[in-house]
Amino acid sequence: MTAPVRLLQCTVNGRATAVAVAPHRTLLEVLRYQLDLIGSKQGCDKGDCGACTVQVDGVPKLACLTLAVAVEGREVTTVEGLGERAGGCHPLQDAFDRHDAAQCGFCTPGILMAADALLRRVQRPVTPDEVRAALAGNLCRCTGYTKIIDAVVDASRRLSQP
Amino acid sequence: MPDDAAKSIVAPVTVVAGAGQVGKVHRKVDAMERMRGITRYTDDLVLPGMLHAKIKRSPHAHARIVGIDASAALAMPGVLAVITGRDLPVPYGIIPWTPDETALALDKALFVGDGVAAVAAVDEDTAIAACDAIAVEYEPLPPLFDPEAALAASEHNPINPYSRHGNLSKEVLLEFGDVEAGLADAPLVIEGEYFFEGTTHAAIEPHCALAHVEPSGLLTVWSSTQVSHYLHRELAKVLGLPAHRIRVIQPPLGGAFGGKSEPFDLEFCVAKLALATGRPVKLLYTREEVFYAHRGRHPMRMRYRTGFSREGKILAMDARTIIDGGAYSSFGLVTTYYSGQLACSPYVMGAYRFHSRRAYTNKPACGPKRGHGSVQPRFATEVQLDKAAVALGIDPIDLRRRNDLGGDAKTVNEFRIGSNGFLECLEKVEAASGWIERRATLPYGRGLGVAGSTYICGTNYPIYPNAMPQAAVQICLDRSGRARVFAGANDIGQGSNTMLAVIVGEELGLPLTDIRVVTADTDLTPVDLGAYSSRITLMVGNACLEAARKLRKLVTGSVARRWGIPGDRVVLAERLALDRENPEQHVALAQAFAWAEEDHGLLGEVGSYNTPKDRHGDYRGGTIGASPAYSFTAHVAEVEVDPDTGVVDVKTIWVAHDCGRALSRKVVEGQMEGSAYMGFAEAIMEQHVVDPGHGGVHAGPSLLDYRIPTFLDTPELHSLIVEAPDPQGPYGAKEAGEGPLHPSIPAIANAIYDAVGIRMDTLPFSPPKVLRALAQRRAAEAAGQLAPHKRGGA
Repeated sequence: MTAPVRLLQCTVNGRATAVAVAPHRTLLEVLRYQLDLIGSKQGCDKGDCGACTVQVDGVPKLACLTLAVAVEGREVTTVEGLGERAGGCHPLQDAFDRHDAAQCGFCTPGILMAADALLRRVQRPVTPDEVRAALAGNLCRCTGYTKIIDAVVDASRRLSQP
Repeated sequence: MPDDAAKSIVAPVTVVAGAGQVGKVHRKVDAMERMRGITRYTDDLVLPGMLHAKIKRSPHAHARIVGIDASAALAMPGVLAVITGRDLPVPYGIIPWTPDETALALDKALFVGDGVAAVAAVDEDTAIAACDAIAVEYEPLPPLFDPEAALAASEHNPINPYSRHGNLSKEVLLEFGDVEAGLADAPLVIEGEYFFEGTTHAAIEPHCALAHVEPSGLLTVWSSTQVSHYLHRELAKVLGLPAHRIRVIQPPLGGAFGGKSEPFDLEFCVAKLALATGRPVKLLYTREEVFYAHRGRHPMRMRYRTGFSREGKILAMDARTIIDGGAYSSFGLVTTYYSGQLACSPYVMGAYRFHSRRAYTNKPACGPKRGHGSVQPRFATEVQLDKAAVALGIDPIDLRRRNDLGGDAKTVNEFRIGSNGFLECLEKVEAASGWIERRATLPYGRGLGVAGSTYICGTNYPIYPNAMPQAAVQICLDRSGRARVFAGANDIGQGSNTMLAVIVGEELGLPLTDIRVVTADTDLTPVDLGAYSSRITLMVGNACLEAARKLRKLVTGSVARRWGIPGDRVVLAERLALDRENPEQHVALAQAFAWAEEDHGLLGEVGSYNTPKDRHGDYRGGTIGASPAYSFTAHVAEVEVDPDTGVVDVKTIWVAHDCGRALSRKVVEGQMEGSAYMGFAEAIMEQHVVDPGHGGVHAGPSLLDYRIPTFLDTPELHSLIVEAPDPQGPYGAKEAGEGPLHPSIPAIANAIYDAVGIRMDTLPFSPPKVLRALAQRRAAEAAGQLAPHKRGGA
């Protein structure tokens, strides 16, 4: 089952990255199993759960439905890069920690990436309904979503403070 | 002498009483790593030379396996091994009395998805191709999908070849008091038939296992299990290896909810394939395989008769239940008991009888899902109460109050109840929902419903009979002033690692960041029975408390000796040891630990916990469902029913839960919210069904087709903590992880009745069912058999 391999060049979490990939590999497989960026999770293999959500050029994407070769020359950010971008701990991660918004934590990386995209887009405090709409593609089975909504709203307020 | 760092935090010392950890809001000990994406779950582990395994599964719901030809698969480049049922023929089962499954099918496949062979190959693609290349010759047999049809079938050809009673997996009939006399005397008897469609766990992390054999012969299995100890035992049995040659490690887990609480085919297969190839082997289920692995909530058909006095007292209850078990027993023996045994609280009952029969069918096996065995009967019980309240003209909350069992009580089936905060739960949801004023004024289409429940905090007897402790914890202190906790307990996302740190922090005056919790590694940690039946907070918490208190005594004694004061004057708080009567006299905890180590040598203590044996019924089966303590819950749900579309929109659920004592408040709230969500999901959306019209394939084995609620679907959830401390629990704590699920479903059903006057006795409450019931109601109103429901009704 050896497919012809090509060299993929892109930016991953701010670093220029070159990796040999088979054309049928998804971005999720390459991130997890070739670059050891294990923060992006596989929950369903078919775009239903959102646990694999990453940002490509700042826009949330399902890494399990994105072929790796499709990010040639583009900027990929994973949850590992979210903290790095904020100098260690992103305000969203801090808020999730304070609100106990992650129970098993398996869906959390994807939710953080989708939430970060929302906050970067609107640049102001968000309402619970805005959070619900922005995160509707991410399933969580532990929390009942309540504390995630609290955490994202809280983080958006803190981020909007001068 | 106190160091500078210690001096700088002397100020809060005067409030030592509030300096502990119990009851606070905490950052969990392991959450930040998960959020940074650096925690390694099972599928994040990679070993040098690792192979990938796949399981070939039966496309038939019931078929004899005539032959398996793996030669073409074995001839493929990159394929290293193929195993079949013959390689792992020892039957096992999570319940030692019912070993009725093998790792791979031996002679028969019992459901679509039953494993028949497994492959190890250099990569996943090759393993999948090799599975396709294995030729299995089947002789299809007639499948049985309906439990009552299965029970009626011949005893001589049972679905499960290990069954001893045809397709009857388990039967329990217990009667307490004279039920027929109670029903005969009752002025009101409510009869109802309820059907609970099965549901599944759908943890977001699929099952995964990795095995590796060291040159010494030690087999290590990493698995996304919630019962490492039982997995350890069953691996030893099936592989024929002594337990000491096997090490089971549970890496951080991505949710479980009961779905990972017994061994699965993948763990045996990776172990056998690693032994066969000498290389590490990993297997990750696809989401579709997770649906077929199942072990989720049993479908139950429940026929109930409940007799009431005119004042609404429960005089007698009779429950007859058919349980659809699927192809294997799993926990079914316990499920069958729980289906009746856990319905006897929180209410006083004059007499009670249940008759439950669990059937084998050609479907994925059912097992324990959050609220094991008792969520279904709770639905029936609480809707029966609501029907009685309407018939008697009694407020449904008031009717429940009138039947309250109270604390220090005994249930009709002889379980001893300790603390009981049920009345306070009712009060809280009544007040928070504005029950009295709003229920009287909500318009047609909008309604409020209430339900109550109870749940266990672990079971008094372990799964395999033994008198050893059910839980044990070891704690070591080190010279830097920190603690390490070793426990076999499985943190499955519910926060049990944090719970242990809270207890150690409380006793030893440490912040949670100074405590390292090492869990669920059979080589490093003491035996613990696992994360099921909501046992960890009470049982492992008690074991941890015992070990921590032993250490505290050593430390405070050594400090007191040096200060020349009695030991009980020394307090450990905020990284200090202090003189209670003269807080100016204090020392850094690291120094206190060093003094204790000078006096006693290495500072390590163990604690263990075993259950009281005097809290169950004195009859056969009277131990099953008995617990050291019981939690209590009440929900009020508010719904809006659209009479044109049949859509039920659950607006809000208020959930009040008596957890004894909230050791970590947000963790407890999270369990309550997650439970209420999961019950809501089962009420409105979820159904785990196989399709008899298509040979028994799953009706929707994906997270799109098996609809679980999104952010947009989930109602507002308001958690209201109630604390009725129980003497059996650590600091009075009881469970919070399963109890709060139970009332969701009946509270929603009862709210739908309040909104539009229809009874939803079959789950889930989907638009077609709602529309049918509304049409029947309208017909009855038109015929003059019923008055219009609420003013402005249809």
